[in-house]
Amino acid sequence: MIELDGLGRRFGDRVALEGITVRVPEGATLAVLGPNGAGKTTLLRVLAGLLRPHGGKVRVLGAELPAERWRVHGRVGFLGHEPLLYRELSGRENLRYHARLHGVDGERVEEVLAAVGMDGRADEPLRELSRGMVQRLAVARAVLHDPPLLLLDEPRSHLDPAVGEALEPLIGRASGRTRVLVSHDVEGALGESDLALGLRRGRQAFAGWVSADQARGLYR
Amino acid sequence: MIRAARAILAKDLRLELRAKESVPAMTLFTLTVYVLFHFGLDRDTLDGSLAAGVLWVTLLLASVLAVVRLFAAEREQGGIDALLLAPVDRTALFVAKAAALFLFLCAVELVALPAFALLLLGPDLLEPLPRLLPVLLLANLGVAAVGALVAALAAETRAPELIVSLLLLPLLVPVLIAAAQATEPLLRDDPSADRLGRWLGLLTLYDVVFVLLSVAVFDYLLED
Repeated sequence: MIELDGLGRRFGDRVALEGITVRVPEGATLAVLGPNGAGKTTLLRVLAGLLRPHGGKVRVLGAELPAERWRVHGRVGFLGHEPLLYRELSGRENLRYHARLHGVDGERVEEVLAAVGMDGRADEPLRELSRGMVQRLAVARAVLHDPPLLLLDEPRSHLDPAVGEALEPLIGRASGRTRVLVSHDVEGALGESDLALGLRRGRQAFAGWVSADQARGLYR
Repeated sequence: MIRAARAILAKDLRLELRAKESVPAMTLFTLTVYVLFHFGLDRDTLDGSLAAGVLWVTLLLASVLAVVRLFAAEREQGGIDALLLAPVDRTALFVAKAAALFLFLCAVELVALPAFALLLLGPDLLEPLPRLLPVLLLANLGVAAVGALVAALAAETRAPELIVSLLLLPLLVPVLIAAAQATEPLLRDDPSADRLGRWLGLLTLYDVVFVLLSVAVFDYLLED
C-alpha cells in the first residue's frame, strides 16, 4: 500500500526529509510522530502527490511517485492543517463542488453531511461556523470520494471528544482504510496504530513498533 | 475536463457573487479613471485615437485588479491543493479561470462603455457598437488567456500583486495596439470600419497563440 525506501525531500538547501524507509500494509495505520519541524506534514504532502520526492523510492497505492502521480489522484483522502474549503460557500456547496471534481453524486454529499452531523447547518457559509464545525466538514470532504488511503494531520484538532468518537467510522481504525496519522498525542496515536514512524529534524528516529515512553523521547 | 472546468467556473462565479471582490472593484476603478480623464483633459468629448486609447488603457488597467484576485481564494483557502488531489486535468483550471476573467471583463464593460460614452465620448456609441462588439470580445479573450496564465504564475509567489503588474501589462501591449487601432475609426465623428478586419485578425492570432501557449505550460506552473 505504502512503500518508502530512502525518501528524501529538500526545500532549497534545507533538508526536510532524508532516508525515510517504511512499509505500511493495506488496512494498517502508521502513526507519524515527532516535534514541530520534524517533517511530518512534508511527508504527508509527498504521499499525497502534492510535493515531489527528491530522493529514494516512493510507492503509494501501487503507483510510483512522482512518475505515476496521476494514479494517486482521487484515491487519497487528505486532511491537513487547512480544511481546503471556501469560507464564502456553505458546507453543502463546498462538498457539491468537491463531489463534481471527484465525479461523486449528490446523494453521497448528503450521506457524508449526515455522517459528520452537519446536515442541519449545511447551508450556512463556513465563515459563520465554528472551527470545530469546519473541521467536521473537512473530514466530510476528505472521505467524500471513499478513498482507500487517508492522510490525516491532527484530524481531531478543534473537535470535542464526543464528535471525535462519532467520526471514528469515517476516519478511525473502524473505517477499514489504510491510514497515515500525524499527531502530537503520542499515547492516542500509538493506541490506534499498527506501527509508528518517529521523525527528528527530517531524519528517521525509528520505524516499527515502539512504546509510548520510547516515542516521547523524540520530544526531549 | 469540461465537467471539472464547469464546476470550477460555477464555484468562482458563486464566490464572486458572494464576496463581490473583483467586478465591483474593476467597475468602480474604470468609472473613476473616466471621471479623472474628463477633468484631467479638461474636455467634455473625445473622439478617434484619443478616445480609443483612453477606453482601452482604462479597461486593461482594470483587468489587473481581477487578475491579482483570480487565484486569491485558491491561494488563501487551499483550493489548489484540493484540485491537485482530485482526478482532474489541470487544463480545466486554466479554462475555468480564463472563462471567469472573460465574464468579469464583459460585466465591467456593460457599465464602463455607457459611462465612457456619457462622460467622454463625442460621437454616438450606438452606431459603431455592433462593429465594436467583436473587438471587445476578442480583446477580452486575449486578456483572459494571458491573465489566467500570469495569475497562476504569480499565485505561488510572495508578492502576486507585483508579479501580475510587472508581467501582465507588457504582455497585453499587442492587445492594446490592435484593440485601439480597430476601435479608433469606429469612434470618429464619421465612423468607419477602416482596416477593422486586419486588426480583428491580429487579435484572433494573439488569442490563439496565448490560449495554446497557456494550455501547454499551465501544468508546469502548478508544480511544486
